[in-house]
Amino acid sequence: MSSTLTDLSMLELAAKLATREVSSVEATRASLQRITQVDPKVRAFLRVDEAGALKAAEASDARRQSGSPASALDGVPVGLKDIFLTQGVETTCGSRILEGFVPPYDATVVRLLKEAGLPLLGKLNMDEFAMGSSNESSAYFPTHNPWDLTRTPGGSSGGSAAAVAAREVFGALGTDTGGSIRQPAAFTNTVGLKPTYGRVSRYGVIAFASSLDQPGPMARTVADTAALLQLIARHDPLDSTSADVATPDCLTGLEDGVRGLKLGVPREYFTAGMDPEVEGTLRASLDEFERMGATLVDVSLPHTKYALATYYLLASSEASSNLARYDGIRYGQRAKDARGLKELYTQTRGQGFGAEVKRRIMLGTYALSAGYYDAYYLRAQKVRTLIREDFTRAFQQVDALVSPTSPVPAFKLGDKVDDPLSMYLMDVYTLPCNLAGLPGLSVPCGFTQAGLPVGLQILGRPFDEARLLRIARAFEREHDFFRRAVPV
Amino acid sequence: MALTLEQVRHVATLARLSLTPQEESRYATQLSQVLEAVAELEALDVGQVEPTSHATLASSLLREDVMRPSLPPEAGLANAPAKVGTAFAVPKILE
Repeated sequence: MSSTLTDLSMLELAAKLATREVSSVEATRASLQRITQVDPKVRAFLRVDEAGALKAAEASDARRQSGSPASALDGVPVGLKDIFLTQGVETTCGSRILEGFVPPYDATVVRLLKEAGLPLLGKLNMDEFAMGSSNESSAYFPTHNPWDLTRTPGGSSGGSAAAVAAREVFGALGTDTGGSIRQPAAFTNTVGLKPTYGRVSRYGVIAFASSLDQPGPMARTVADTAALLQLIARHDPLDSTSADVATPDCLTGLEDGVRGLKLGVPREYFTAGMDPEVEGTLRASLDEFERMGATLVDVSLPHTKYALATYYLLASSEASSNLARYDGIRYGQRAKDARGLKELYTQTRGQGFGAEVKRRIMLGTYALSAGYYDAYYLRAQKVRTLIREDFTRAFQQVDALVSPTSPVPAFKLGDKVDDPLSMYLMDVYTLPCNLAGLPGLSVPCGFTQAGLPVGLQILGRPFDEARLLRIARAFEREHDFFRRAVPV
Repeated sequence: MALTLEQVRHVATLARLSLTPQEESRYATQLSQVLEAVAELEALDVGQVEPTSHATLASSLLREDVMRPSLPPEAGLANAPAKVGTAFAVPKILE
């Protein structure tokens, strides 16, 4: 088996599967071998489903043999963040409270991937209930960044990003509530797309903040990201917030370049606190867009400074409500020896949730409680309107916005664990997009001198994913950063 | 604004969370810091602004009232920490 098989992009592998040069079983075995080799160091996986993946690969090979592949990516093995319900495969959302939970049904996106013939290699580590920016709030263990094992891969989809970057999987799904796809993508030299709110079904995706959460693709190349999006972007009657819009065709026109496009540079996104190397890389990327024929336009999003406070109030409020269902009655862990029902609730939750989750439940419960609702929750919803209007005004002048994804490159594990406010600041460039429901993408744009990846963020109008991918592809074509060998 | 330990305990009761004394004092400090940070929203005049509860949803959606199969009871109960027959078991709530 060639060790370089796992270096292929999803579409490169798909081409070899189509000509029968490689079988899906070979590709899946190569991934499993790579997982055995590097995952003891990276620790991206909570659970590997070897038997399930190989069975799906055999079925895929049979379809290819009979000339009837289920999709363009039939047979390409991928991984799933442990937030997606997978029938018959334990799903914990990175939490002790769900330890041992085996879902009786598949999330819609999982069903779509299965129907498209992609072998699912297993469940990837994440911050508990997707709350965190470093994977360190996982109840199990932190995941390590394959570019520097002493550093975080970002979060909360850090397991997905690390597995893609380390060549353990060809692609993965993550979820993004305040940047949880884009920030880990930036930290790991991968591409991550947070689709427009409603573009991808949330049915069977364990809820954190329902008005912000959005599943999306993570891959090594822009084209792979586009191909994966096309498999999962569907209207879903089982999710009442799923948008009834056609699946986008993101591959046609992907190579059209940026000539004639107006790219807005939000001045509030280049602020104090940004790492100088990140800023330098970004400025160079902006020059490159100009060279490629785009026009840069200085724009202002004046309410940006209020986004972080707004986000934490709204996300925590929604989380405190969503996480009320973990009461030890119907599924998950239950506290032993509780006297009475109320004690069973409080002890189950006290023992089952980790520190970050409890902190946000407390904040959310406070913000929604009698006497404080208007001052905190309702006010934040109003400020959210102002933030949305900033974007609406900006998109009257420009086709997309470009900015850093994260103010800093991947930080050291343990650096920010005891400082929630400083951790929250990691999301400052990504979360306004969630508040406004817009699509956002992170594409690799270079490395620091220490060899840490830097990401460029592109934000667009609602349902304009195809244009974001096209802009990202124009940039990627100049560099091929994804070809750089990962040191692990 | 600083949260007192008593307020923290009240919020924990509302949230059905048992907290250790160490957690109570830690959350009093940390939540006070977060509330101080979010107080900047008070600087904005939002008197005339409509709240946004959902970014892209214009109105409530309706769908046909059609029957479809639900989970069979054994699948629904499969993850129960305690069950009796086809029911979830809980501690006695009436003596």
